Amino acid sequence: MTVYLVRRLIQALFVVLAMSLIVFVGVYAIGDPVEILISPDADQIERERAVKALGLDLPLWEQYLVFLGNAVQGNLGRSFVFNEPALKLILQRMPATLELAFGATFLALLVGLPLGLYAGLRPNAQASKTIMAGSILGFSLPTFWVGLMLIMVFAVQLGWLPSTGRGETCSVLGFVGITSCSSGMQWSFLTWDGLAHMTMPTVNLALFKISLVIRLTRAGVRETMLMDYVKFARAKGLSPARVTFVHVFKNIMIPVVTVVGLELGSTIAFSVVTESVFAWPGMGKLIIDSINVLDRPVIVAYLMIIVLMFITINLVVDLTYSMLDPRVRLENKGT
Amino acid sequence: MATPTLEVRNLRTHFFTRAGVVKAVDDVSFSIERGKVLGLVGESGSGKTVTGFSVLGLVDPPGRIVGGSILFQGRDLAKMSEAEMRDLRGNRIAMIFQDPMMTLNPVLRVDTQMIETVLAHKKVSREEARQRARDTLGMVGIPSPDERLKSYPHQFSGGMRQRVAIAIALLHEPDLIVADEPTTALDVTIQGQILAEVQKLASTTGTALIWITHDLSVVAGLADDIAVMYAGRIVEQGAVSEVLDAPLHPYTYGLIGSVPSRNKRGEPLRQIPGMTPSLLNIQPGCAFRTRCPRPTQACLVEPEIRELAPGRDVRCFHPMSEPAERAA
Repeated sequence: MTVYLVRRLIQALFVVLAMSLIVFVGVYAIGDPVEILISPDADQIERERAVKALGLDLPLWEQYLVFLGNAVQGNLGRSFVFNEPALKLILQRMPATLELAFGATFLALLVGLPLGLYAGLRPNAQASKTIMAGSILGFSLPTFWVGLMLIMVFAVQLGWLPSTGRGETCSVLGFVGITSCSSGMQWSFLTWDGLAHMTMPTVNLALFKISLVIRLTRAGVRETMLMDYVKFARAKGLSPARVTFVHVFKNIMIPVVTVVGLELGSTIAFSVVTESVFAWPGMGKLIIDSINVLDRPVIVAYLMIIVLMFITINLVVDLTYSMLDPRVRLENKGT
Repeated sequence: MATPTLEVRNLRTHFFTRAGVVKAVDDVSFSIERGKVLGLVGESGSGKTVTGFSVLGLVDPPGRIVGGSILFQGRDLAKMSEAEMRDLRGNRIAMIFQDPMMTLNPVLRVDTQMIETVLAHKKVSREEARQRARDTLGMVGIPSPDERLKSYPHQFSGGMRQRVAIAIALLHEPDLIVADEPTTALDVTIQGQILAEVQKLASTTGTALIWITHDLSVVAGLADDIAVMYAGRIVEQGAVSEVLDAPLHPYTYGLIGSVPSRNKRGEPLRQIPGMTPSLLNIQPGCAFRTRCPRPTQACLVEPEIRELAPGRDVRCFHPMSEPAERAA
């Protein structure tokens, strides 16, 4: 196990290194931030001073090495725009995005698994057909439109839910569970007001995922029900509940975990649309703003963090895999 | 004579597919007594497996038992509710499947799969259930059963997996075991070992056994009685030695002739011409007519099964009774 983890970490290191190079060169190619950052009226001397201060006068490879050297010490550069460490900026926004992404994923499993299971077990029932038709809608309706519709119905017409912002936020201090609403990482889901604010963005983000989980689960159930071991389990005289929830369920969880893991990653990284529609101050909005003003350090830092996150999620998925499927062994344990 | 363990009368199991009604099992009758072994023989698609599933009440839609009765110790299984059936399954009637690689759930440990079977039918503690599982594994010849209980199916070889499946079937010392080609996927030495084990178990515990196979040599060594199926019907049945030595139905005769043997070395292998008819549209009349070496006008009408001699049933107008005829 340890050997496996160490090997994975070394691999991860190389991936991060390769990614940093690609990202750095890529962002460099997008355009010159100087044009946007410095006012057109500035004279040549002012201009050069600014360029030097930002470290943009060095050749690309030197800039990259400076960046790498700083990155090793945990410094991913300062934002050109906010003049604050890029990492700090991103971490400030992270809780907002994380709670949205995890909330949506949790909701997707909570709703998707039972519906998919039902549709898989009773493929010909009217309810199953309705579920499957609904999932097609969930797949194909564009996120921004659904978001706008949600706002129109629940915020504007019914007035039940707030449409923008995170509402009241709190943080959990240490392990004692004392909440503080002034400092530390701020979470919306700890207050009622925050929860109310979270509801619509979460639902909006979850809609696609619910459909995905429904379809995956249904396909898995349909396939697994035909397997000999399910028939054998019935031939043993087990109750239908035992057959479904132990014999079938554990087998269909394998593809579901893979896809949901990857979906979680991409939700955290790219929930831009939902965050924009609901003015949710998360990372997605930050990255879009940064790209607009070519705030290089923030873009690079953001992408680096996303790479790390994907690597971590993949590792967790692999570990979960080995728990679910005994045929996947991560270690060379002799039996 | 005591009540037979299982008596199947005029069983008909049909599949209602979009393309039409498939008569997978059509008017099948047989019976089997305590401690006896019945060999159910036939080609692929002859309805052997569906017969087995019908006995356990495991025919899935679009299939359905449409007629006949399955008397198990005097009670009709075909009329039982699903709950009553579940009570018997794995408990009094057990089944062993063909492919040992597929019958055990790959993601559950062997002990889980055995203990759940014990607990499904007996109110005992988990520890007692584990004891029972371990003892049964030992009984079917699995070395160090304590350790093996903690293994997953993929850590066993095919033969060992089939032993585990057999052990699961034996957990409750059932009165009847339906074994669906359990040794087909195994190599010959393992097959021999398993056959010997099963024979021993059947004779010591009084368990009746339906052994479904297409392998006549297995039946010859194992079974007491034999029933030959063709296109969803039993065409011939009787004591194993009589049927194999003096087959009455031309199909049985052809089957026996198809077995390669050392004495016929050098000669081209004999085969039955043609193919098993599609069960979707069986022509009226004898189903074997098109492949039979000597069909007549009479064969255009479906022959009824009739008892030629005590315990010797055949479904043919022209049974091969004359030794001279057989030589031809």
